[in-house]
Parts: sequence; C-alpha cells; structure tokens
Amino acid sequence: MNADKSRAAIAGPLQAYITGFILSIALTLLAYSLTVHHVVAGNAFILVIASLAMIQLAIQLLFFLHLSQESRPRWRLLVFGFMVMVVAILVYGSVWIMNNLNYNMMTPSQLKTFMHQNEGL
Amino acid sequence: MSEAMVAHQSHPDDSKSILGFWIYIMTDCVLFASLFAVFAVMRNATFGGPNGHELFSLPFVLAETMLLLTSSFTCGLMVLAGRVRSKQWVMLALGVTFLLGLSFVCLEVSEFRHLVIEGNSWRRSGFLSAYFTLVATHGLHVSIGLLWLVVNGWRIVKRGLGDVTQKRLTLFSLFWHFLDIIWIIIFSMVYLVGVR
Repeated sequence: MNADKSRAAIAGPLQAYITGFILSIALTLLAYSLTVHHVVAGNAFILVIASLAMIQLAIQLLFFLHLSQESRPRWRLLVFGFMVMVVAILVYGSVWIMNNLNYNMMTPSQLKTFMHQNEGL
Repeated sequence: MSEAMVAHQSHPDDSKSILGFWIYIMTDCVLFASLFAVFAVMRNATFGGPNGHELFSLPFVLAETMLLLTSSFTCGLMVLAGRVRSKQWVMLALGVTFLLGLSFVCLEVSEFRHLVIEGNSWRRSGFLSAYFTLVATHGLHVSIGLLWLVVNGWRIVKRGLGDVTQKRLTLFSLFWHFLDIIWIIIFSMVYLVGVR
C-alpha cells in the first residue's frame, strides 16, 4: 500500500523531469543549428545564444532542481538570488573594466587609429 | 509536483543538509563565474595563435553536451526510483548516469589530448589558458561527481536503500544538475560563440 502511494507521488516529478529533458534537448539543438547554419550575424548572435542558454538555465532550475517548489521561508531562493547578484557584478564588472582598460591604455597614435576605425572621426 | 517537496522535507534534518549543500553549490557558481569572467576578458588574447573558430569541433562538443544532459536526466530518475525504494531501478539509473558521465569525461580528455598534441596547450596563449582552466575545472567537478557516485553505489550494494542513502542521492542529484547547467553555459558561451 505504501509503495503504491509513493509511486503515485512520483508521477508529477517524473513528468517534470521528462518535460525538462525534452525542452533542454530542443533548446540545445536550436542553439546548435543557429550556429552551424549562420542564421544570425554579428553581436545579435551572441545575444540570441546567451538568451537561449538563460532559458535553458531557467528550465533546469524549475524542472530538475525544483527551485519553485520550495516551502516557505524560501532560503534556497534567497541564496540563489544573492549568488546571481555576485555573479552579475563579477562577470559584467570584469568585462566592462577590462574593455575600457584597453581603450584607456592606448598610446595617442593607437587611439587616433581606433577612433578613426570605430567612431568615424 | 508539490508532493516532491513534501517527500524532500519529510525529515527535518534533510532540509537542513539540502540547504547547506545548496549554499556550497552557489559558492561554486561564484568560482565558475570568476573563470567565465577571465575567459570573457581573454577571449581575443590568442597571441597570434589559433582562435576558437580554428580549434573547436562543434559536432564533437554537441555529443558531449547530449551525454551530460542525458546523464542529468537519468540522475533525476535515480532519485525518483530511490523514493519508491526500488533498489534495482536505482542501481540501473546510477549505472547509466555513471557510464554517460564517464563517456563525457573521456571525450573531454581526448579533446584536450588532441589540442595539446597539436601544440595548442594552455601555454600557447592567454585565450587557451583561460579555456583550459574553465573547461578543466568543470571536468574535474564531473570526475569528482563520478567518484561520489561510485561511493553511493557501493553503499547501496552494502547497506541497501536507507533514509541516509536516499538523502545522499538527493544531494548528489543537486550537484549533478548544477554541473549540467554550468556545461550549458560553457557550451553556449565558449564553444558556440567561440566558433563564430
């Protein structure tokens, strides 16, 4: 009797795993074919691929890690939010600083060439 | 679906261990984020050497991705089988997860070996140093996960499926899903973007 009860209890999670798995595979293949067939060009490509990765991240958090089903108080979600903040500052901050560092460390002649090429001056 | 969480937290100590382990995973995310930041800064620092477009083989990496994704799925099935106390199914899912994870590590090692033999090791350029550090750190995590899986399997064979083992399988599944998520970001931002 107990086994039947727990068998019924896993039907929902099982469905969640299958849904998450199928969606993840579909998104991976979509990102792959977008890259192979050169559908999107330039900076938009990076944006599209990054968004697909973020969607897949959200799907796995919901369907594999069950982040949405936590009971209150939602400590896991809180720690997760803090992590996202640290990661955003770390990654965005590093890229931002280092890109501008390149720009600021140019010699006057390099800067002239750079402005000529990139800013139409 | 809400039954899943009830089962998760039926034991008060379980939810504490899960939260503690979750906090560890989140700090590991910060480690990976710093490596991603280094890679993003170094992505063009090829020092006259080859870039991602010349080095990466996408079908190969897609195969790696599919292996890890499927092993993440079978790992979830393993936890569910543990919840209905079916030792056979747990061992089957555990074995499949292990084999898929092992094939992933083997593919990654052969990819690294290939790169090093062609003279494109981590010493070649800043880009390759950042690449090897990021991807190998992930690979090391997966290898440690495989070791942990063997220990879990050994425990199940020796002592059967108890509450403690079930908790360990749940913690392992968190770790394994987390590694899959990190790989998705590596696949997208290192390989797909790097090839273009």
